[in-house]
Amino acid sequence: MKIDKNTINKIARLSRIKLDDKESEDYIKDLNSILDWVEQLNEVNTENVEPLSNISSSILPKREDVSNDTNSSEEILENAPDKLEGFFAVPKVVE
Amino acid sequence: MSKSSLKQTLKDLDTKKISIRELNQDYLKRIKENENLNVFIHFSEENVLKQIDNLENDNSAKKLKGIPIAIKDLFCTKSMPTTAASKILENFNPTYESFVTQKLLDEGSIFVGKTNLDEFAMGSATNTSFFGNTINPLSKENEPLAPGGSSGGSAAAVAADLCLGATGTDTGGSIRQPASFCGVVGIKPTYGLCSRWGIAAFASSLDQAGIFSHNVEDASILLQSIAGFDQRDSTSAKVDIPNYFENLDDDLNGKTVGIPKEYSIDGTPMEISQIWEDAIKVLEKKGVRIKNISLPHTKYALPTYYIIAPAEASSNLARYDGVKYGFRSDEIDSLDEMYENTRAQGFGKEVKRRILIGTYVLSAGYYDAYYLKAQKVRKLIADDFNKAFKECDFIVTPTAPSAAFPLNEKQNDPIKMYLNDVFTVPASLAGLPGISIPFGKDKNNLPLGIQILGKHFDEQQVFNTAVSLERSYE
Repeated sequence: MKIDKNTINKIARLSRIKLDDKESEDYIKDLNSILDWVEQLNEVNTENVEPLSNISSSILPKREDVSNDTNSSEEILENAPDKLEGFFAVPKVVE
Repeated sequence: MSKSSLKQTLKDLDTKKISIRELNQDYLKRIKENENLNVFIHFSEENVLKQIDNLENDNSAKKLKGIPIAIKDLFCTKSMPTTAASKILENFNPTYESFVTQKLLDEGSIFVGKTNLDEFAMGSATNTSFFGNTINPLSKENEPLAPGGSSGGSAAAVAADLCLGATGTDTGGSIRQPASFCGVVGIKPTYGLCSRWGIAAFASSLDQAGIFSHNVEDASILLQSIAGFDQRDSTSAKVDIPNYFENLDDDLNGKTVGIPKEYSIDGTPMEISQIWEDAIKVLEKKGVRIKNISLPHTKYALPTYYIIAPAEASSNLARYDGVKYGFRSDEIDSLDEMYENTRAQGFGKEVKRRILIGTYVLSAGYYDAYYLKAQKVRKLIADDFNKAFKECDFIVTPTAPSAAFPLNEKQNDPIKMYLNDVFTVPASLAGLPGISIPFGKDKNNLPLGIQILGKHFDEQQVFNTAVSLERSYE
């Protein structure tokens, strides 16, 4: 068992997702079975293999170094659940 | 069933055999008759009529003027809400248009609605949507079938003839597998051909936009319309986009097809092995050389994918925090409480599962064992294809290991659901273009799909092979 109660609580906390006890139990089961299944990758010899993070075969093109100035704060705030005087609003963080 | 093609419709509009209004009224009628399929998350007749009005007053020539297109609800659209089939984006109204949908608007197409999908494109049956299942239009009464996923709504929209084409996205098979299940054509182009700008991100190193259509010719027309370089997506490729349709050539004489032995998997239904053999025979008759190839790391593609995709998803979905847009929980005693409750209530079960697994494989102490290992195996999988393409021009395989299955059949076993992508995931990891075309039926008369894979940016060869097989099958 790679994932136990402590581990699931830790990763739920890192993910900022609250889990109830029933959910924790279900995910412990699911995650363990998925991790057991991906274990088969250990059969593959990857010594001296470079990790592949970008499959794109094209070279990143450069763009011209020109400045542009847009003020879209209104647009950006349009979908905010709560906003105040041009800012996103959240529950109080400092006492 | 005789469905009009995009190609024919463009001719009919051009010769005034039919007006834009008449054409779209016809589609609106069918959309309303098929509401039970739950194809659309957002549909507004008023919005469609407004688009018709605008186009009637527009005298400029446009390539797709008046053509009804359905948009997967993962593409941000200014004129319609965008939900990614998630409660967390239930009330999101983008203030910008995605690259792909902007291209389609510039060409004069009409958006009939936003189609259903698995939540954040995570699924293979369109059954993880917050807005309920989509039903495969080929289902018999009282035996609802899954349309595949994640782009199940778009595949179903084309299959039920509710549009002349639809956009989809494909991360591990999300265009090709539903195309196979619904009996339509679906193409995922090379990674980087279409800009990802304005598409809700799932796994950024794999996500790619593509097209569903009634036939290969139509797909070739539509793909050209949505492809192109965009500096807002740093992985967007600066390549020339050929006129795929004009260049279509069904003469395959002298070409070589690669048949990977690793795609003969135990437990694959006979009928699927049969259509694969049939397709090979057809190609042979057309003068194509058959080359048996080996892609030795194929069996590791799925576990590799199910480390990389959730890892990237856990990072991409961190943005949904109840601050900037979308849903925010009412239980917000502190900032952390707000995050945790918003995400607990806003995400569905499969999305949470993938965020958790992704967070785990990226967490301190496990990164090397899982994520880095998976990236190395990914390199070996990509190298397999590079080697194989030295010996062949394209590769032909089945698209999916089964025909459409009953709704909810595999709901409780995530790994069983993940196996749906066994034939589509390897090419996704390698960034290759792939198309699924209907090719044969199973014993229940459900369509089966053949997948054609090509070299990077060789969509033309993929289309040529596809049109050749399609014409021999009709």
